[in-house]
Amino acid sequence: MEQTRTTPASTTAAPGSSNVQLFSYDEQIVRLFVLATVIWGFVGMLVGVLIALQLPFWPANLGEYLTFGRLRPLHTNAVIFAFAGNAIFAAIYYSTQRLCKARMYSDLMSRIHFWGWQAIIVAAAITLPLGLTTSKEYAELEWPIDVAIAVVWIVFAVNFFATLQRRRERHMYVALWFYIATIITVAVLHVGNSLALPVSFMKSYPIYAGVQDALVQWWYGHNAVAFFLTTPFLGLMYYFLPKAAERPVFSYRLSIVHFWSLVFIYIWAGPHHLNYTAVPEWAVTLGMLFSVMLWMPSWGGMINGLFTLRGAWHKLRDSVVLKMFVIGITFYGMSTFEGPMLSVKSVNALSHFTDWTIGHVHSGALGWNGFMTFGMIYWLLPRLWRTKLWSERLANAHFWTGTLGILLYVLAMYASGITQGLMWRAFDEAGRLMYPDFMETVVQIVPMYWVRLIGGLLYLSGVVMLMVNVYMTIRQAPKSLPDPTFAAPAPAAAAQPAAA
Amino acid sequence: MARFIKPNGLHRRLEGWPLVFTVLVTISILVGGLVEYLPMVLIDDSVQRIESVRPFTPLELAGRDIYIREGCNNCHSQTVRPFRHELERYGEYTKAGETVYERPFLWGSKRTGPDLYRVGGKYPHLWHVRHMEDPRSTSPRSIMPPYPWLLEKPLKLDDLPRKLRVLQRLGTPYSEVEIAQAVDDARRQAREIAAEVEAQGGPAGLADREIVALVAYLQRLGTDIRTAETAPAPSAPAPSGPAPSAPAPSGPALAAGE
Ligand code: HEC
Ligand code: HEM
Ligand code: HEM
Repeated sequence: MEQTRTTPASTTAAPGSSNVQLFSYDEQIVRLFVLATVIWGFVGMLVGVLIALQLPFWPANLGEYLTFGRLRPLHTNAVIFAFAGNAIFAAIYYSTQRLCKARMYSDLMSRIHFWGWQAIIVAAAITLPLGLTTSKEYAELEWPIDVAIAVVWIVFAVNFFATLQRRRERHMYVALWFYIATIITVAVLHVGNSLALPVSFMKSYPIYAGVQDALVQWWYGHNAVAFFLTTPFLGLMYYFLPKAAERPVFSYRLSIVHFWSLVFIYIWAGPHHLNYTAVPEWAVTLGMLFSVMLWMPSWGGMINGLFTLRGAWHKLRDSVVLKMFVIGITFYGMSTFEGPMLSVKSVNALSHFTDWTIGHVHSGALGWNGFMTFGMIYWLLPRLWRTKLWSERLANAHFWTGTLGILLYVLAMYASGITQGLMWRAFDEAGRLMYPDFMETVVQIVPMYWVRLIGGLLYLSGVVMLMVNVYMTIRQAPKSLPDPTFAAPAPAAAAQPAAA
Repeated sequence: MARFIKPNGLHRRLEGWPLVFTVLVTISILVGGLVEYLPMVLIDDSVQRIESVRPFTPLELAGRDIYIREGCNNCHSQTVRPFRHELERYGEYTKAGETVYERPFLWGSKRTGPDLYRVGGKYPHLWHVRHMEDPRSTSPRSIMPPYPWLLEKPLKLDDLPRKLRVLQRLGTPYSEVEIAQAVDDARRQAREIAAEVEAQGGPAGLADREIVALVAYLQRLGTDIRTAETAPAPSAPAPSGPAPSAPAPSGPALAAGE
């Protein structure tokens, strides 16, 4: 594991040696991303709660611009790209500088990335309720916004790789591998899936049609999960978990094996979203096979995470950060066990189109993405604002309400998903559909929708507790927060063979 | 392998070369894409055409874009799987050849409401008008949102020629005449639907409202192969591709999933 200097500048100014350079980290950019994470997280989940209410209670569809059909994509875009997105950028900007012992290559590029990304989110929040959408899941934004995403992403990539190039640490730590995979793959997926011919400023038709469009969309859609909600969070885990536990990562070899197999296998799994559709049989079967194989590298990550805590489990008692991480990693393990199972055709025949998928999604999203993000923020808050966390007790309350919220949400969705799946396929003795009226199968699961709403409200109130803690912690922070300076040998000393 | 991953092995060296590392990652993620998806995208014949499947009329296209705008696909799937219970509930399962003009595809991932792939012709026009205005009027305990503004908002048709032109460039076989007459054609079809709604006892004057476009689209859904089945001449879906039968997507139609 890398050694990060945390000693204040005055004591690290290396004496005499001409080979040693002084440098500082850009911490303001991390603070900005952390704040954006918290604010958009609240907004995105508030919309989540609203659509969760709209399902059992249709009058909550509040007129033309705020119907379920328009708000659901707003929810998914806000939580994935705004909440999880800003969270991984905070993680990347904080840890990359330290792992490279170098400031980000360009402060200006970092700012362009930050404000550009927020502008894109605002554009999404305006256009989606207006009904300006491509309809493709997680790629709903219309072409001008897609272009903006590509530009901002390239700025981010240049800034990141240029920082790698200027690093003062010879070897790239495993977190950086995952960041590299994220940046490259998201760029490829975004461009590949968004290719379209514009009709007007806010309308376009994709260059793919029918079966082809479906395949490309789920090549993208599944790997958005893989390279936006999984690999960057694994990078986050690899950096922040050992920091918080003050233990090195469990196994270096395991991290190599599971990194490369994960990166290679994930791409193939997309067609498991298209089981039993008009997509050719061979593609779907390949998708299923690779999905099942994906279980192993996924659990490789989980094991490396949980075993990093060996001998440190007692620390969980007074560290809300570690508690959050443990729940997060556990849900990662659960959803990556469930995912391969859902890919198996006979299971998918039941689960597809039902709330079972929604349960799977949110065990990953609320458990893994949410709790890893919260854990990171609670760890970062005192360090970024150089003061104590305002309230440990409130953070603990967040942990427990959040956990209870996830459980209610996920269990309700399993119950409703399986119930509805079974009712759809039930035949009576005479060989006729037992529930020919679709509404019968809806009425049955409405109570579960209410339970999910309660779970969502609990989870959201946890986020409110986080907001209070962030606000109060910042209030007690010192007025000026200058970037800390450090010293390290110049890059030339840490000779870099091919990359130089 | 051991040489590669041991603490001072080859991988350790790789960790010092960001450029090489990035290239290797890029190759790893491209392999799956190239093998699994690219053939489908490049080889046009990988989807067998069905002769009776025709592009959407201009009005249906306008309706489809309203469907997209309202996000109906967030609650409704549009793909029937080859299970007995789905055939009974919805009708014939979806064939690849039926989807060739779907830009974008609207198969969906969640059935909060029923599948709509074969809803065309299931109800009279008036039913859809009433249902969209207030779903509870036709389906008492429905949880579907009401869309009363569809009966009020004026139907915009002027961008249809441009839409057809773009689709034509992408490969949908619209003729020059069809593009030139798109607006007139849409108006004619809208008048027909509105007249039928009125004849069935519904509100008058809907011909220039968005609802007629949406109804036109819903009534078209999944009907192309039905036309073929009822047509006298060539027996059922006549694929122009080499194989004699329509592609069965995933195993035998009736056996799976029970
Ligand atoms: C919140 C989810 C939801 C949304 C959004 C939604 N629907 Fe529905 N829809 C349902 C449910 C539930 C039913 C079944 C009960 C009923 O008939 O209303 C249904 C039924 C239907 C039916 C009748 C299907 C049949 O076979 O009986 C049609 C047609 C339909 N919807 C069209 C649409 C259109 C068009 C839109 C978009 C403008 C839309 N729906 C948006 C949930 C939804
Ligand atoms: C307060 C917390 C949340 C609530 C109440 C909530 C609620 C919902 C609801 C009601 C849906 C629609 C389900 C349906 O169509 O039947 C949904 C979909 C979705 N949500 Fe959330 N959500 C929450 C948090 C999150 C978070 C934090 C994420 C991601 C990081 C997330 C990701 C998604 C995704 C990806 C979908 C689409 C699933 C699919 O298409 O299969 N949600 N959510
Ligand atoms: C080994 C890993 C995983 C596999 C094999 C897997 C597999 C699957 C399968 C089979 C589906 C259902 C497709 C359908 O029937 O429509 C699905 C849906 C989904 N999964 Fe996973 N999953 C995995 C991990 C995760 C993780 C960690 C997340 C993180 C949040 C996640 C997020 C989602 C989302 C958002 C969907 C819904 C997509 C949609 O229909 O809109 N998955 N996954």
